[in-house]
Amino acid sequence: MKKLSFLVAGVAGVLAASAVQAGTLDDVKAKGFVQCGVSQGLPGFSNADDAGNWTGIDVDLCRGVAAAVFGDASKVKYTPLSSKQRFTALSSGEIDVLSRNTTWTMTRDTQLGLNFAGVNYYDGQGFLVPTKLGVKSALEMDGANVCSQTGTTTELNVTDFFRENGMKFNLVAFEEADAVVAAYDSGRCDVYTTDRSGLAAQRTKLANPDAHMVLPEIISKEPLGPVVRQGDDQWFNIVRWTLNAMINAEEMGVTSANAKSMANDNNPSIKRLLGTEGTFGAELGLSNDWALNIISQVGNYAESYEAHVGPNTPLKLGRGVNALWSQGGILYAPPVR
Amino acid sequence: MSINSNNLSAFINDSRVRNIGFQVLIISALVFSVWWLMDNTLTNLENRGKSLGFGFLVQTAGFEISDTLGTWLFDYEVGVSSYTDIFFIGITNTLLIAVLGIILASIIGFTVGIMRLSNNFILKYFATVYVEVIRNVPLLLQLFFWYFAVLGVLPDARSQLQVFGGLGGLNITGLYLPAPVFQTGFGLVFLAFSVSVIASIIVAHISKKKQDETGQGFKLVLIIPALIISVTGIAYVIMGGPLDWTFPEFKNTGPIFKRGFQSDAGMVLVPEMLAVLLALTLYTAGFIAEIVRAGIVAVSRGQTEASYSVGLRPGVTLRLIVIPQAMRIIIPPLTSQYLNLTKNSSLAVAIAYPELVSIFAGTALNQVGKEIEMIFMVMSTYLVISLITSFFMNWFNARVKIVER
Repeated sequence: MKKLSFLVAGVAGVLAASAVQAGTLDDVKAKGFVQCGVSQGLPGFSNADDAGNWTGIDVDLCRGVAAAVFGDASKVKYTPLSSKQRFTALSSGEIDVLSRNTTWTMTRDTQLGLNFAGVNYYDGQGFLVPTKLGVKSALEMDGANVCSQTGTTTELNVTDFFRENGMKFNLVAFEEADAVVAAYDSGRCDVYTTDRSGLAAQRTKLANPDAHMVLPEIISKEPLGPVVRQGDDQWFNIVRWTLNAMINAEEMGVTSANAKSMANDNNPSIKRLLGTEGTFGAELGLSNDWALNIISQVGNYAESYEAHVGPNTPLKLGRGVNALWSQGGILYAPPVR
Repeated sequence: MSINSNNLSAFINDSRVRNIGFQVLIISALVFSVWWLMDNTLTNLENRGKSLGFGFLVQTAGFEISDTLGTWLFDYEVGVSSYTDIFFIGITNTLLIAVLGIILASIIGFTVGIMRLSNNFILKYFATVYVEVIRNVPLLLQLFFWYFAVLGVLPDARSQLQVFGGLGGLNITGLYLPAPVFQTGFGLVFLAFSVSVIASIIVAHISKKKQDETGQGFKLVLIIPALIISVTGIAYVIMGGPLDWTFPEFKNTGPIFKRGFQSDAGMVLVPEMLAVLLALTLYTAGFIAEIVRAGIVAVSRGQTEASYSVGLRPGVTLRLIVIPQAMRIIIPPLTSQYLNLTKNSSLAVAIAYPELVSIFAGTALNQVGKEIEMIFMVMSTYLVISLITSFFMNWFNARVKIVER
C-alpha cells in the first residue's frame, strides 16, 4: 500500500507542486490582496451584482480581513467556488481564506487539514416545498423526490433524517446551486433542501417565490464560518479575530459611523479594541488600528447582518440565535485583552 | 596531449556512445522529475497535516444516491455500502452511458452519414442541417437543453403520459418501464442462450467456408434466429419459466408524496440518464456521420460504376462494395469518437446523473477529502476504459483493413 501511495503521489504531484508557501500573511502582503473563496452566488452571503461587485456577510468577512491587513477593505479578489471545489482550492493555496457559508464539522476540522476560524452565522438545514402540495411537516415527506447540491453536509443530514424517521426518498444532487433551483422550479423534485438561510436566498430566484414555503423542521446544526489552512496559526488568528472584532464592536456599540470618534472613548475595552491602548494589533502581526479599519470600513456584525440578510432585505431573516448573547442569541466573542 | 584530445573527440563523436549518452540523459531527467514531483507532493501534504492512504475505501458512505443501474446492481444501502461500492456504482453508471451511447451513436451516425449522400433532396438536407447544428453547439449546452428544456416540460410527478400501450409511463421523475424479476433457474436459461450464440458463430464460420469453396452458403438469416430461439426457449420451458415481470404502478390517492409512480414496482430510467444519453448520442452521431460520409466519398467512384455495370442494385452496391472499403477509412477516427463519448460522459455531473466523476470524485471526495488518491483512481479508470476501447477497435481495424496479396 505504501508503494502504491508513493506512486499516486508522483502522478498527482503536479497538482500540488505550485503551492509551496511561506506564512500566508507574508504571501498576502507580498501580492497586495487577499484571495477569498466565495460561493457562486448566494444572495445575502456572497453574491455578485451585474457590475461584478461582491456583497454579503461572507464577503464582509473577507473585506474585514483585507482592512485588518492592508487598512483597505477593497484589497480583496474573489474566487467563486462550488461546494465540491472549495476545500481543494483552499488546501492547494489557490485562496487564502474560504468564506463561503461552510459548515463547521468534526471531519472537516480533523481530516481535511483545515481549521475553522469561528462562526459568522448559526444555521440549520430545512426544507422548501411548493405551497400547493399542502404539506405541513417534514414528517409527511415519505416517498419524496429531494433536490440538493453535491458535496455538502446537506446530503448526509437529509439521508439521516429520512432514515431516522423510517421514510424513503430519492435524492437528486446537482453540482451547481442554480441547477438545483432550476430542477426544483421545473418540478423534478418536490422538495428543495439546504441550510434555511440558503433556502431564503434561493427562493428569491424562483419563478414565483410566494408559491413556496419553508417547513418548520430544522434537521441539523449548521454553524457556518470562515476556514483557513491548518498549520499557519498567525493567519488563523487574523481571520478569527477579524470576526471577533466585528462581534465585539456590536456589543460595545461601535459602528462604522462612530468608530473613529470612539477610539478616544473612556472605556478601556473599546480603547483596546480600537488600538488606542495596548499592542494587540502588533501581536497579530498587523498595525494597532487593525480593528478600527475593519469597523470603519466594513462595519460591525449587526451592520453587516442588517445590510445583507436582515428583515429589510429580500431574505427577511430575523436575528434569531444569531443575536448577541446579551440579547437572547448565542453570538459570544472572547474579549480583547 | 594531442593523442588524448583525439581519443576524447573520437569518443564523444562515436555514434553508439552518443546514442547511449542521450538515452542516459533523458532517463535521468525523467527519474529526477518523478522523484521531484513525489517528494514535493509528500512534503506539501505533510505540511498541511494530510496523509496518503486508501483506508477510506472500507468506510461506509452516509448519503443517498438516486436509483440507477449501479445502485441496483450493487444493492446500495446507506450506512452499509462502502466507498468501494460507490466507486463501482460510478463505474457502472459511466459504462452504461458509454456502451448505450456508442451503440446508438453508431446507428444514428451511420444512418445520417449515408443520408447526406442520398439523392433524395429532403433526406440530404435534413442530414446536413442536423450535422451542422449538432456539431456547432457546445455539448454542455445540449445537455442543459435536453434536461431542462425538453424533459423539464414533462407532466409533473403526480400525473403521467402513458407509453407502450399503457405498459409504461413517463413524467418528470423519469421513464417507468416493466422490469424483469429473475427467479432461480434463470442462470441456466442465460447459459443456454450464451451456448446458442456461440454455436451460431461457429455455424456462421462453417457457412463462410462453404461459401468460399462452393459459392453457396447456408441461409444464415433463418438458421441463426431459429437456433437461438429454440435452444433458449427449450431451456426456458424446462426451467418452468423462471422470469417474471413487474409493471409500473401509478397511484392517484394517498399521502401527497406517495402519489405518482411507486418506487417498488417496475423500473425507472431517471430523466438525468435520459438527458445524458440523448445529448451524448446525438452529439457524437453528428461527428460519426461526417466520418462515415468522408469514408464513403473516399471510395473511388469507379467502384460504384463497376458494380452497377455488372448489374448490382444501389442498395447491394452500398452494402457489399462501398461500405467494406469505406470501413478501413472510417474505423480509426471512429475510435476517437468512441473514446470522446466515454470521456464526455463526465459532463453528466452538471445534471445530477450519478456517474463516476459525480459521485466518487464529487460527493464522496468531499466527504473523505482524499483528493490525490481519488482523482488518481478516477483517472486510472478512464485510462483503462479508453485502452480497452482502443484495443478492441484496433483489433477490428486489423480485420477490416485492406489485405495485401
